[in-house]
Amino acid sequence: MNVAGNSQDNGRRNGRPPSHNGKARSSRSRYSALRLLRHGLSQQDWPLAWRQPPMRSSYDVVIIGGGVHGLAAAYYLAANHGITNVAVLDKSYIGSGGSGRNTAILRSNYLTPEGIRFYDRSVKLYEHLAADLNFNVMFSQRGHLTLAHNDSSLRTMRWRAEVNKLQGVDSDVIDAGEVKKLVPYMDTSTTVRYPILGALYHPPGGIVRHDAVVWGYARGADALGVHIHQDTEVTGIDVSGDRVTGVRTNRGDISAPVVVNCTAGWSTLISDMAGVSMPVQTFPLQAAVTEPVRPFLDTVVVSGTLHVYVSQTDRGELVFGASVDPFASYSTRGSLEFIEGLAGHVLELMPPLSKMRLLRQWSGLCDMTPDYSPIMGPTPVEGFHVDVGWGTYGFKAGPVSGEAMAETIATGRTPEIISSFGLDRFTQGRLVGEKGAAAVGH
Amino acid sequence: MMLLPCPWCGPRNVSEFRYAGEAGTRPEPGQATPEQWRRYLYFHTNPAGWVRESWYHGAGCRRYFPLERHTVSNETRATGESR
Ligand SMILES: Cc1cc2nc3c(=O)[nH]c(=O)nc-3n(C[C@H](O)[C@H](O)[C@H](O)COP(=O)(O)OP(=O)(O)OC[C@H]3O[C@@H](n4cnc5c(N)ncnc54)[C@H](O)[C@@H]3O)c2cc1C
Ligand SMILES: [Zn+2]
Repeated sequence: MNVAGNSQDNGRRNGRPPSHNGKARSSRSRYSALRLLRHGLSQQDWPLAWRQPPMRSSYDVVIIGGGVHGLAAAYYLAANHGITNVAVLDKSYIGSGGSGRNTAILRSNYLTPEGIRFYDRSVKLYEHLAADLNFNVMFSQRGHLTLAHNDSSLRTMRWRAEVNKLQGVDSDVIDAGEVKKLVPYMDTSTTVRYPILGALYHPPGGIVRHDAVVWGYARGADALGVHIHQDTEVTGIDVSGDRVTGVRTNRGDISAPVVVNCTAGWSTLISDMAGVSMPVQTFPLQAAVTEPVRPFLDTVVVSGTLHVYVSQTDRGELVFGASVDPFASYSTRGSLEFIEGLAGHVLELMPPLSKMRLLRQWSGLCDMTPDYSPIMGPTPVEGFHVDVGWGTYGFKAGPVSGEAMAETIATGRTPEIISSFGLDRFTQGRLVGEKGAAAVGH
Repeated sequence: MMLLPCPWCGPRNVSEFRYAGEAGTRPEPGQATPEQWRRYLYFHTNPAGWVRESWYHGAGCRRYFPLERHTVSNETRATGESR
């Protein structure tokens, strides 16, 4: 496999060579407080954060899907490996899929050692992401609480806490009194339907600004020479023998020795085009947001039993989410059943919220796998890679996945950190069961 | 509100039903290799279009029945079969 950087556009715009130390640098549009002030005063338009270059007929790497996964993979291919003749194609605008619709919870308190190690690497990358990308992604590590309302969930939480600690992740079981201290508005009385027995507390967890992550990676990748093509829908994948040779799009054909499927909820449709079948089913996941109120909630709260979670954004809105819709679908229409159930459950946890008004609800598509773990790496079609199976939990994994997929493509070897997530695990019976840590808390 | 056509009870709100997944052909347990079983359990076609599935009417007749549904529009059509 040869995917070495193409010299004609090696990120050398403005006469600057690309830096390969994981940081995007473009003198054209470096953001700073001074520039903000100058721009604000002069009332000029900001330059576009990424270009709209003409589409080439061939690239070294074509990435399908302009969500956080596709854009991060492109960025790390360029930043860490100097591979810049890369195109990211999206049938709509970047971030139009799950990456612009998620509730932006980041955490690493998973259940399996493989999962914990992987998500922990992502949290670490997120901690430096704003500096690396020169883009404020507003990562707020405000702490993450998963409530236990019965003995069996308390048992799972103890189990998670111990496995977390062994992997060096800050995570512990706390009692209802400590929960009350962290979230004074929570009903911790013992007479309710589902009393709170305790919680798994994960201080490094928190929320991020999802659009900023998408835009930051897009801008960083573009500055290093990557082409981002929006409104470019892949309609077919060319395979010759057992090797991928390119893709067909509504804007013409592209030849490429490496094609990466980063299309989450649509990923089986793309893999089908290459003749690769995957154990993925697409389910909608809904969320909702209230009008903004003064800050009162500075942790993320999840209740698996009540199928609900809540956090408060920097603007003051409460963001609510739940588990996926009860049947597979590609429809992103919201339902009244969802919002009624959600409101009832939220009020069981925090009765004082009864006066709050919902602003809107929405839905996104989730690519669910049987074990709630992703599918990453090569497929039986040489050169055709997948980075899918992100279900309801994949936004937090954007950085580590991009880094690992870039390494897989650049070196031809699957790095250890994703070696348990291969497509062949399903037929070989090596599942990485994360349901207990990912079904409701995303 | 989304209605599903139960062959026994007629059109009823989807919330009365439980989705039992795509209709597949179960391999013969005595003969199937572990790999064939896992393919049957885990792999689905997941089309964006019409698909044949199995549903359970938990709040009605409590029977399983086949249904065809369009996964993009969520339109349904009865298969004319009751099991
Ligand atoms: C309501 C909701 C809440 C969530 N909450 C969380 C959370 O709190 N924490 C968390 O970690 N995760 C969460 N998730 C999951 C997370 O959003 C996804 O796992 C993640 O965004 C997947 O990113 P991606 O880049 O793989 O895919 P996406 O962002 O979905 O991008 C896929 C892209 O592929 C494009 N595409 C599809 N077909 C084609 C084609 N034929 N040609 C070209 N382009 C195509 C689409 O237009 C889309 O932009 C949530 C999801 C939802 C819906
Ligand atoms: Zn019935």
